[in-house]
Amino acid sequence: MATTAFTLIDDDEAKTLQATLLDERVLLAPEVLREALGWELRDQGLCRGPLCVPVADPEHLAPGGRIDLCQLAEVLGRPLALAAREGVAVLGTAAPERASRLASLEAPDFSLPDLEGRLHTLAEQRGKKVLLIAYASW
Amino acid sequence: MALDRCAEDPRPFIERAQPTHPSLIDTEHRLAELYHVVNVPTLIWIDENGRICRPQDAQFGTDTFTAFHGKHSAPYLDLLRRWVQEGAGALPPEEVRQHQLVPSPESQQARSERRLAWWLQEHGHAEAARTHFERAAQLAPRDWTIRRGSMPILGQNPFGPEFFALAEEGAPEYPMEALTPTRQTSPTG
Repeated sequence: MATTAFTLIDDDEAKTLQATLLDERVLLAPEVLREALGWELRDQGLCRGPLCVPVADPEHLAPGGRIDLCQLAEVLGRPLALAAREGVAVLGTAAPERASRLASLEAPDFSLPDLEGRLHTLAEQRGKKVLLIAYASW
Repeated sequence: MALDRCAEDPRPFIERAQPTHPSLIDTEHRLAELYHVVNVPTLIWIDENGRICRPQDAQFGTDTFTAFHGKHSAPYLDLLRRWVQEGAGALPPEEVRQHQLVPSPESQQARSERRLAWWLQEHGHAEAARTHFERAAQLAPRDWTIRRGSMPILGQNPFGPEFFALAEEGAPEYPMEALTPTRQTSPTG
């Protein structure tokens, strides 16, 4: 089946991979899934390294051996925003993961540019009190 | 940090203020997601060990819009000053957790939809972008980083009639706001 270039934004990192578009479905060959996201479908379920997630219906997840991106997101419990026609999707962070990171009270690090494009991180400020202010021109 | 669509939108404000602190641009709303920010301004206190010691709070540094939102800046500035100078006012961990706004599956889906909409807009797919901004808005109607934040991108005035219609629905509220005594004029005791 013919494949086309597809942009997957995974945890804010844009990856270009080869996908088969069938109706509105995005199908990934097993090697593409493994290389791009590190997951593969084995007998135990969907696995990444030693971690395996059980899969109730492997045929539904991977019809004909190709992994359906929407079904993948559902098995992983992650939000997926898909624009199939435009060839792009965002695979986001699951709410329980985000919530537990916040509950740990460890302030998540980040790297963002100032007006001149210089990057700054929260880690640079360790040792000082930090007031984080989110604002906008709107 | 500015949850703006480009550096040029907040530039006049930053250049006029001449801040001595880092003033950053967050076009992809990375901070908004990491810290579950749903409106601006949102303030979070982080201690010297990199731990959140006062969770998301909507407070102001001036009284410019007090008539609109009802909060006074003086009590909050007092709290801040006492934290910086004496280390007072930071909350113990359990209280921080109890007053943190936490994301839901819908709000996380909304952030992914918004992120997608932003990518589509940046890559010339305006119609598809609009569809996904709308989907994000439906999933998280009380997230103004999505609903008001997308107004400039969609050609709407975030200080105009669309915003007033949005405000009628009620502003987002953080649990912490109930504890911060800024709805009265007298300073904290």
